[in-house]
Amino acid sequence: MNQAIETVRAARSSNKITDQEIREYLFPDFFELHGDGAYGDDPAIVGGIATFHGQPVTAIMTSRGKNLEERMKKHFGQPSPSGYRKALRLAKQSAHFGRPVLLFVDTAGAYPGKKAERYGQGQAIARNLLELGQLPTPIITVIYGEGGSGGALALACGDEVFMLKYSMYSVLSPEGFASILWKDAGRSAEAAELLGLTPDKLLEDGVVEGVIPFAQDKQVQCREIDQVLSQEIKKLQALSSEELLARRHERFRKF
Amino acid sequence: MQLFEKNNTLSGRHVKTDQSTWDQVPDDFLLRCPKCQRVIFRDQLDEYMTCPSCDYGSRISAKKRLEWLVDDYEEWDVGISPADPLHFPGYEQTIAKGEKHSGLKESVWTGIADFGGQKAALGIMDPTFIMGSLGQATGEKITRMFERAIAGKLPVVLFTASGGARMQEGIFSLMQMAKVSNAVAQLKKAGLAYIVVLTDPTTGGVTASFASEGDYTFAEPRAMAAFAGRRVIEQTIHEKLAKDAQDAETVMRHGFIDAIVSRQEEKATISWFLKNGGRYESGN
Repeated sequence: MNQAIETVRAARSSNKITDQEIREYLFPDFFELHGDGAYGDDPAIVGGIATFHGQPVTAIMTSRGKNLEERMKKHFGQPSPSGYRKALRLAKQSAHFGRPVLLFVDTAGAYPGKKAERYGQGQAIARNLLELGQLPTPIITVIYGEGGSGGALALACGDEVFMLKYSMYSVLSPEGFASILWKDAGRSAEAAELLGLTPDKLLEDGVVEGVIPFAQDKQVQCREIDQVLSQEIKKLQALSSEELLARRHERFRKF
Repeated sequence: MQLFEKNNTLSGRHVKTDQSTWDQVPDDFLLRCPKCQRVIFRDQLDEYMTCPSCDYGSRISAKKRLEWLVDDYEEWDVGISPADPLHFPGYEQTIAKGEKHSGLKESVWTGIADFGGQKAALGIMDPTFIMGSLGQATGEKITRMFERAIAGKLPVVLFTASGGARMQEGIFSLMQMAKVSNAVAQLKKAGLAYIVVLTDPTTGGVTASFASEGDYTFAEPRAMAAFAGRRVIEQTIHEKLAKDAQDAETVMRHGFIDAIVSRQEEKATISWFLKNGGRYESGN
């Protein structure tokens, strides 16, 4: 058994930290803001305002739901176009008022349903890449489970991306990768290894800025996240918006 | 068990009597349009390679497209070719095949072109090179094209055709979506126009990034334009899609495409938009 597929299993495990726990421990005064301001309110994305070390921030997270009914509504944490538009709306509002944006991602990818296509899934992701990337406020993403393809990238195109020790980030699920390239979904362990989707490998490749240590206790885990975020926000807020945007541009230009 | 004896059918006997007539028929004498299913004679196709009955533009290489699209051109970044960041088994052969089919070293052609007197930076993605997939070098060529356009104050025209991210390059392929999107944002900041023409098929990560970021978005008749492919939707979500659900005409009805433009009209349309669609400066 290789390490990569172990990481994939842990990233998908039901014991891992949830978006509710992140809100509860990191943002106790979180106030949720609903809707994309145009068409609907995707429950797979939860966003709102909270105070973090005394300063207001906008927190946006993908959400899987805690029971079957909720999970069905949230498409098991796979956002619809409306969800990406809500994230962009809240991020723009955040930049307008000079608040940092904190994004938390755990999604297998953008929802590939008929209705999502109808309402412009591709266009919604593209708009996030185009506009989120230009907002002059610190934008930090934490991947706390699965980081699946364009659906994750649309929420990870800011200044910095951190990953929990047991999380993954890849262009495609190892199963999908194996079935497309080898017509054999059973070779997923081999695919996981080849894809280089583990936090350590991604850190080495410069895709992410850091790996947050694992803690069994959810409250302790949130303290670990807290430590990284507060330190990074301070660092990024010291930069002028020109410096911030130039740095962000360079972050992706190097690939 | 067989209901009829095979060799005793009319056509079977006919073939047997005059086998030599088949030798006189060229191999690709008849073609079937993959969209409207009409059978067409090879000779009916002109240089545009469009179906005479439904106007669908078949998948052609970037170099074929250049023959009728522009008056003059100069190619950029000819030598950029794919790296193999994952050391993916068999990738080299896949690349070699793509090179052979397209005559390019990557899945996109870039350069500067003249559309009826209007100059623009031009990119053409090539469906004959690993299905126009978005590799690291593809993203690099497109990004450099945008950077040169900004430096030379040129508008950008991009023909998209892609199966999406290139799986063989993993996360490095994904990063191209953000890299190119940043370059598009810089072009917009510089006040220059960006024209996208969606050609068959434009899907996945390309739809979810620079194909959907144009100031003007055109599409060729009946080109497939989608994020998730039909097979993904039908097999993972188990929803049935209408036959034309991912045709450009449907996507235009849903509000994401400005106009359908046939190949015969492309050059004139692009030329008109390059002249009139950008920032207006009197005396120009």
